[in-house]
Amino acid sequence: MSRTARDVVFVDGVRTPFGKSGKGLYAETRADDLVVRVIRELMRRNPGLPAERIDEVAIAATTQIGDQGLTIGRSAAILAGLPRSVPGYAIDRMCAGALTAVTTSGAGIAFGAYDVVIAGGVEHMGRHPMGEGVDPNPRFLSEKLVDPSALVMGNTAENLHDRYPTITKERADAYAVRSQEKVAKAYADGKIQPDLVEVLVRSLEKGYGLATQDEPPRPGTTMETLAGLKTPFRAHGNVTAGNAAGLNDGATGAILAAEDVARELGLTSRMRLVDFSFAGVEPEVMGVGPVPATEKLFARQGISMDDIGLIEINEAFAVQVLAFLEHFGLADDDPRVNPWGGAIALGHPLASSGVRLMMQLARQFAERPDVRYGLTTMCVGMGMGGTVLWENTEYEGGK
Amino acid sequence: MSSAIEQARELFSDEVVTKAISRDVELPYGAGTAVLITLDNGHDHTKPNTFGPGGLLSLDEAIEAARARTDIVAVAVTGKPFIFAVGADLTGVPAIQNREQAHAIGKLGHDVFRKLGEMHVPTFALVNGAAMGGGVEVALHCTYRTVSSGVPAFSLPETFLGLVPGWGGTYLLPHLIGAEKALKIIIDNPLAQNKVIKGRQVFEMGIADALFEPADFVEESLRWAAKVVKGEITVERPEVDKGEAWDNAVNMARFTVEGKLHGAAPAPVRAVELVAEAKNRTRDEGFAAEDEALADLILSDELKAGLYAFDLVQKRAKRPAGAPDKSLARKVTKVGVVGAGLMAGQLALLFARRLDVPVVMTDLDQERLDKGVSYVHGEIDKLLGKGRINGDKANRLKAQVTGSLTKDAFSDADFVIEAVFEKMEVKKQVFAEVEAVVSPEAVLATNTSSLSITEMASELKHPERVVGFHFFNPVAVLPLLEIVRGEKTDDAALATAFATARKLKKTAVLCKDAPAFVVNRLLTLFMGEVLGAVGEGTEPEVADRAVAPLGLPMSPLMLLQLVGPAVALHVSETLHEAFPDRFAVSDQLREIVKAGKTAIFAPDFTIDPEVRKLFSGGDEPSEESRILDRALRALAREIRIMLDEGVVAEAADIDLCLITGAGWPFHTGGITPYLDKVGVSTEVNGKPFHEGAPKAL
Repeated sequence: MSRTARDVVFVDGVRTPFGKSGKGLYAETRADDLVVRVIRELMRRNPGLPAERIDEVAIAATTQIGDQGLTIGRSAAILAGLPRSVPGYAIDRMCAGALTAVTTSGAGIAFGAYDVVIAGGVEHMGRHPMGEGVDPNPRFLSEKLVDPSALVMGNTAENLHDRYPTITKERADAYAVRSQEKVAKAYADGKIQPDLVEVLVRSLEKGYGLATQDEPPRPGTTMETLAGLKTPFRAHGNVTAGNAAGLNDGATGAILAAEDVARELGLTSRMRLVDFSFAGVEPEVMGVGPVPATEKLFARQGISMDDIGLIEINEAFAVQVLAFLEHFGLADDDPRVNPWGGAIALGHPLASSGVRLMMQLARQFAERPDVRYGLTTMCVGMGMGGTVLWENTEYEGGK
Repeated sequence: MSSAIEQARELFSDEVVTKAISRDVELPYGAGTAVLITLDNGHDHTKPNTFGPGGLLSLDEAIEAARARTDIVAVAVTGKPFIFAVGADLTGVPAIQNREQAHAIGKLGHDVFRKLGEMHVPTFALVNGAAMGGGVEVALHCTYRTVSSGVPAFSLPETFLGLVPGWGGTYLLPHLIGAEKALKIIIDNPLAQNKVIKGRQVFEMGIADALFEPADFVEESLRWAAKVVKGEITVERPEVDKGEAWDNAVNMARFTVEGKLHGAAPAPVRAVELVAEAKNRTRDEGFAAEDEALADLILSDELKAGLYAFDLVQKRAKRPAGAPDKSLARKVTKVGVVGAGLMAGQLALLFARRLDVPVVMTDLDQERLDKGVSYVHGEIDKLLGKGRINGDKANRLKAQVTGSLTKDAFSDADFVIEAVFEKMEVKKQVFAEVEAVVSPEAVLATNTSSLSITEMASELKHPERVVGFHFFNPVAVLPLLEIVRGEKTDDAALATAFATARKLKKTAVLCKDAPAFVVNRLLTLFMGEVLGAVGEGTEPEVADRAVAPLGLPMSPLMLLQLVGPAVALHVSETLHEAFPDRFAVSDQLREIVKAGKTAIFAPDFTIDPEVRKLFSGGDEPSEESRILDRALRALAREIRIMLDEGVVAEAADIDLCLITGAGWPFHTGGITPYLDKVGVSTEVNGKPFHEGAPKAL
């Protein structure tokens, strides 16, 4: 018997365009169909990968009922036409679902149990609003295990403004405006489109259509337009629909492989999984989660923010990103952070977002052979953070 | 639009309009903008898209809007989930009163569809689901077609119903794939129990230019279309042979149609001729000829009969007249089959496959029993060999079908059917033995073809549990099941019989306990008239040919051979006993049986010389037309008597029985619409079977 730890690489990522929940792009489209389209496109884009070589399909969803239920990793694998011999499972860590799908199945590769996996996530917040069907244990409140505000993400964001009083609404709005501008520029430069797969969308009234780009971005957003928005979570508060990610629908997926297997099959190795870390915080300030998660990872690796050349951080709320930046002493507009914008503009279909961060980081690595390490990090409901450290396979500095 | 169209729209006032909904889509690879037209009638797949005048006008509007645009590079048409479009809406057809209206409907289809083939940009049909008739023709008019490998049915069923594929089908299809393959779709398949082809075959036959899997069929089709638009894909189709091959194919189709129908149904003949002429016609000429054919056929009695027959098997068959409430049915968890002969084996296999419950066969003789069980196991192996079932299923089925020398094995059966020798005393004894071991509620069913259910039940403790359950041979092919209610049969037993029939996927028709029930009574009568003419001195070939104008699936003497002379004689004697005035027994048939002949025809399809000798005698030969007339008159008289006796609820049930139990054709609507059409019903009975157009429900 033997066990060999292996290097794990991110081969490729694909996602559906993100839609607005409610009356948006995917109002009449099933969540599992979004995952199926992603898996099939990953297979098409990587013809060197024989389907029977896939050892696991790990798909995350926060609300695992209806079309997001039925062990979605397995059911989507069957629906996508993968061989019956390919297993799959479902994962839930709320917003960090897809990120956890990557770390968990990636760890399985490193352990030697898998050669190749598909990891991704989906959330159709239109069909499955956050909190659908939940039944919180009454002890949470009776024993004051969590603050009542912990279950409403907007409230936790307002709480974070309290913890970081220097982060004002103006700073949050300015961050949001920049996110919109960066996404608009990235779109204009053709940075976003390569990772999208077009999706057939149904509407009884409008007929079939084709989703080809993200629906949430609002190019041209200004401080003035944001200033007038309501603060629904607190009277005269700070958090608005403009400085937070919206309610969105979408799916993402990635192929991960052992580096030697990727080489054997002629697959690309865009970046190398170095380490990851998760940490818990008080649920009522869940947005601060990336801070301890990242600190924990830095401590283990003996590195600091100085070693990090690119950061893809999920923008659930502007305040949560700003708290991270403030903690690590980075400027609000540090160019290493979300160079192509983030979820405030692109949208945040909860459990799918983690892999979007990775596919963007991988493409930025390809353009930046001078950068060796990058992070993908996100905050998680119920008070957590998750951070993944990646190494650029195109890094030339060492040569 | 002309006033004839307005009139047509009114005739289709109940039309469920299939809307053509347009939406712009950005094609991949920067190919430009396309208009994607979705055909959707707003219902789920159980109510498929069809084209009535409203649907055609909606599609016209969508096409016209696209035609007016200069900013698009393509138009694509697709259906709703699982359905592309299944053809013309035929609900309004019976209401069409004159040729002008009929012509207008044909022409409207052409006027709209042809625009898809005459656009300033390429058009693409994305055949995502079931496509039939006019649905197929929409696709044929487009410049290109893609098809999903998940398409379960693709067909031009028009000639089966009494029409021609007259919205471009007879012209476009042979020009696309050649006359031979086109005639397979237009003639051969409809005349072979309305066979359909699947998506992969649509592609392999060259009807579609590309094949994609169902999971992301439309997306991949649009990628393909984008590459065609950009010139990255050039579609190459083999050139169609417009010489001898075309003519040969047409001649072959003529031969097929004549062989099957003897000119009895006009539609297939017309369709073949349209394909023949399409070779040298222009599009305008071809389409105009189709309009004329549709105008003639829409008003034809054969189409009315065909639509009636279609409704019989599609709708009436699903709601058997007179069946008790479903909720009264008892559960069937184990089935007993008394007997181990060929019929018993067929029944055991059917019950095991469809009900998925244990089936026990019994016989008094171990050898016969073993033979019976191994016949069933052999059939299961055949299914396995053909890939119709997998290994696990075959194991399950084999384990489910067992044999027993004693009837104790029936003790926990809920449904026991006997298929033993056709003799009252034998059957009575069998039922008495079965009753001794089963629960008081277990249903006792008999597959008798002519014995009285009431009498068979008369000496049982629980006669209310006995029902007639009469299958037709071959059991796997003929859908009909005559369910017979004896005098004492109760609703629970009857409801259980109907529920079981439904699970067996059989067409159940409720019959009174009358001699030979429906199909055998009428076929025996019909055959008896032909044999009667032979007995009077008509040449057997002449008599056999006399009823050919009906276009029946087989001639009377061929049927006699299939049934077997001995069985036919037996039924004929039973009926003669019951109705001596109307049912004669052919002396010559007696002689044939006595001589031990089991076949009428020699292997070369001429009448066996020895049988022919036995057929001689009599000195009053009849002409063919007189024989046909007397056979029809006998049928009309007998059906009226059966309806008066209450053998079945309505004339529609008689027709349903003949279509599903004897394979009688759609173009005669079974038989009563035909008897009405030729006037025999009124001559014989003083009134037709149907007031106005025949109604299936």
